[in-house]
Amino acid sequence: MSETTDPLKIPYRERERSITMDRYEHEPPVAGDPLADDLESHEELFTINIGPHHPATHGVLRLLTTLQGEYVQRLVPIIGYVHTGIEKSCEDQEYWKVIPFVERMDYLAYYTNAAVYCRAVEQLLGLEIPPRAQALRVIHLELNRISSHLFWLGTSILDLGAMSMIFYALRERERVNDLFEMSSGQRMHTRYFQVGGCIEDIPPGWDEQVHNFLDDFPSRIDQYEDILDRNEIFLQRMKGTGIVSREELHKLSVTGPLLRCAGDPWDLRKAHPYWGYEQYEFGIPVGTVGDNYDRYMVRMAEMRESVKIVRQALERLPDGPYISDDRKVALPPRHELATSMEALIHHFKLVTEGFRVPPGEHYSSIESPRGELGCFVVADGSAKPARVHVRDPSFHNLQALPAMCEGGLIADMIASVAMLDPILGGVDR
Amino acid sequence: MEVIRQPLNGEGGGEDLRIRQVRARQLLRGELEGEDLERYVEERVLMTTLEQAQNWARANAVWPLGFGLACCAIEMITTLAGPRTDLSRFGAEVTRSSPRQADMLILSGRVSIKMAPIIRRLYDQMLEPKWVISMGACASTAGMFNNYALVQGADKFLPVDVYVPGCPPRPEALAYGVIKLQNKIKGQPDLGWRERYQSYGTEEQSA
Amino acid sequence: MPDATGLELVAAEVRDKFGDETVVGTHYYREAATLEVKPESARDVVGYLMEDAKEPYDFLASLHGCDYFPDEPRLSVHYQLLARERADRLCVKVRMGVDEAEVPTITDIFPGASFDERETYDMFGIVFTGHPDLRRILMPEDYVGYPLRRDFPMGGEPVIFTFNEGQMPRWYE
Repeated sequence: MSETTDPLKIPYRERERSITMDRYEHEPPVAGDPLADDLESHEELFTINIGPHHPATHGVLRLLTTLQGEYVQRLVPIIGYVHTGIEKSCEDQEYWKVIPFVERMDYLAYYTNAAVYCRAVEQLLGLEIPPRAQALRVIHLELNRISSHLFWLGTSILDLGAMSMIFYALRERERVNDLFEMSSGQRMHTRYFQVGGCIEDIPPGWDEQVHNFLDDFPSRIDQYEDILDRNEIFLQRMKGTGIVSREELHKLSVTGPLLRCAGDPWDLRKAHPYWGYEQYEFGIPVGTVGDNYDRYMVRMAEMRESVKIVRQALERLPDGPYISDDRKVALPPRHELATSMEALIHHFKLVTEGFRVPPGEHYSSIESPRGELGCFVVADGSAKPARVHVRDPSFHNLQALPAMCEGGLIADMIASVAMLDPILGGVDR
Repeated sequence: MEVIRQPLNGEGGGEDLRIRQVRARQLLRGELEGEDLERYVEERVLMTTLEQAQNWARANAVWPLGFGLACCAIEMITTLAGPRTDLSRFGAEVTRSSPRQADMLILSGRVSIKMAPIIRRLYDQMLEPKWVISMGACASTAGMFNNYALVQGADKFLPVDVYVPGCPPRPEALAYGVIKLQNKIKGQPDLGWRERYQSYGTEEQSA
Repeated sequence: MPDATGLELVAAEVRDKFGDETVVGTHYYREAATLEVKPESARDVVGYLMEDAKEPYDFLASLHGCDYFPDEPRLSVHYQLLARERADRLCVKVRMGVDEAEVPTITDIFPGASFDERETYDMFGIVFTGHPDLRRILMPEDYVGYPLRRDFPMGGEPVIFTFNEGQMPRWYE
C-alpha cells in the first residue's frame, strides 16, 4: 500500500484534528437511538468525555460515556494515547536489548514483562535455566506482584476519595523498591531478568532484608483491611457494584484477579507451572459474587499468598549459577576474560552482535498481577527478533469495562475502573 | 517526673525578652528616636523589590497539575504523595486536577503523537505564569523510543523550563528538578554546566 | 499442549469437517502446536474448535498478526486458543498476501476478540469482514499507513553526533 503523505510531516496543528469530538457513527445520543426510546420528555441523553487527562491515575484512558442523569447508558473506551510503538522498536534491537523496551509496557509489573519475553526466547532457544535463577525470578516476580497490588490499592482508594491509603501503600512500596534497588541497582525497570537467568546474583544480606519486610508486611495488610473493611462508605460503594457474570467474563477474554473474583480459579501459576511454582504451596483466592468488593478482597488475599511464596522460595533458594552456562547466550563472568580466549570471543560476539536464535515462533505466557501476560516472538535466524507481540492482560480486561458499568451510576463507574486495574502502558504498548 | 525550667540563651535570656517587649511598646508609642529607631528598623524590616517578593512567593508555591502519562507518573506520584520524598515541603502541596488552577505541568511519561495535541491544549488552558518540567528521558527527548509513535521530545511543541533525566528519575532527582525550577523562578537560575566549566564548542548544530 | 500426535488428530478432525484443502499444514515446535488453515475458513475452523470439536478450546487468549516479509504470503493472523479444563493450548494460523488481506471476524463467536482485531487492522491493515466497529485503536483515527508492516519505516529522528557535524554536515545520509 503506497502512502502518499508521510504522517510525520503533517504539521501538528492539523494532526490535532484527529482527536475528534465528533460523534462516532455508532453511538449517537439522539432520538432514534434505542437508548433514547424510554426517556421521559424532560430527560435527555448526555454524552461526555471522561477524557485522557483525568485525576485518577490510571493513565490516559478516554471514556466516552452516554449518560441519562447519573446512570451510564453506554460506555466506549478509547485508547492509544500512550502508544509507543514498542513492538516495532523491538524488531530493530538485538534480543537482549529488547528487554528494556518490553519492560516499559506494563509499567507497574515490570519484572513480569521481562520475564515473559525471556521465557519465550528461552523456549525458542531450547535453553534450561539453572534452579537458582528460577528461584530468584520467582522471588522478584512475587515481590513485584506485591508492589503492583500496593500501588493499585493506594491509587484506587484515592479515586474513591479516601486519601490516607495512598500514603500507607506507598510507604510499603518504598520498602519493596529498596529491595529491588539492593538487588539490581534500580527501583523500576531494573533489567534484572536476562535471557538465561538473572543479570547478577543477589548481594549478601538481601535475604535478611526480605525477611524483615516479610515479617512486617502481613500485619500491615491487616491494618489496611482494618481501615477499609468496616468503613461504611467504602462497603456501600464496593458491594454490589460492577457485577459481571463468569460466563460473560470468559467470553470477553478476561483473565487474572478480575476473572477470579467471579469465581473462576484459573491461574497460570497452577495450570501451567513455570520456574518451580509447582513446588511452592500457595492458594488461589477466588471471589463469590463478582462485584467490586470481591475484586478488592481477591487482590488483598493475593498479597498474602505472595508473601508465602517468597518465604518458601527464600528458604529453599538453591546454590549454583544465577545464569545459564551456555556461553553463546549469556555473558561469561568477568574473571574468565583475563584467562580464557574463548570467553573473550564469546563476550565480544555477544556484546557486538548478540546471540542468534534459530528460526521459529513461539507464544508463552505467565501470570502477571493483572492476568495472563503472553509474549509471541518470531525468530528468523538473525540476532534481532522478527516480531515481538505482547498479549497484555489490561488490553483484554478493558473490554469488560462496558459490561461492568453500563446501567450503573457514574460513581460506580469510577469504582469499577479503579478495581479493573488497567495499566495504559500495557494497553497501548 | 521532675520538670526543670530553664531560660533559653543561658544568662540574661529572660531579660532579653523583656528588653524586646519594652522596645516594641516604645516603638508603638512613638518613644524611640534617632539611633535606636534606626537600629530597630534595620533589625526588623526587609527591603526588596516587588519583583523579588513576587518571585519568592511564586516559587515557593508552585502547584503541579496532576498529569501522569506512563512509568514516570509512578515515580512522580511517589515524589508528590509519597511518604519519603514529599514535594509539599517545597511548596507543591496540592496537585490540582484542573489546568486552570495549576502553575506547573510535570510531563511525566512518553508523549505519543495522539496525546501531543491534548497536552498542548492543556498547556494553553493553564494561566500565566506557568512552567513546565519535562520529567524523564521520554518527555525530554523520546528516550529510547526513536520511532514513529512518539513526539521526539516535548520541547517540539511546548516550552520547557527544566529537564529531569532518568528512566524513570528517582524521586530525589525530581525534587532536585523542582528546586532548580524554584531557583529559576526566583531569578537566580542555576548555571548550566557549560557556563560552569566554560566548555563551548560541542553544542548541537541545528540540522 | 497437545503433543505432535494430538495435533495430527485435531488436523484430521478439521479436515474431515471442512475438507482437505482447508488445512495448509501443521507445525509442532518446542512443544507448541500450530495449525495452519486457509484465510477464508479461519472463522469456521476457529468456531468449530472453540465450540463443537470433541475437545473444544473455548478461550481465545490472543489474536495477533505478523508480517513475514520477505517470505510470501506476507501477512498472517494467529489465533491463540486455550482449553481451560484440560490446560491445553493450540495456535491456529492463517497466512495471506498483502492484496488479499481479509479475514472473517470471530467477534460474534467470541466478543473478546474485538479489541484484538481492531489492533491487527490498525497495525497491519488486515480487514476483518463483519467486525461491528473496525477503526483504528492505537494510532490516531486519520493516520495513514500500517505501522507494523516490515516495509513501514521506523520513523523517529536520526541521532546527531555533534562533534563534527560542522565539518561534515549530515554525514549519516
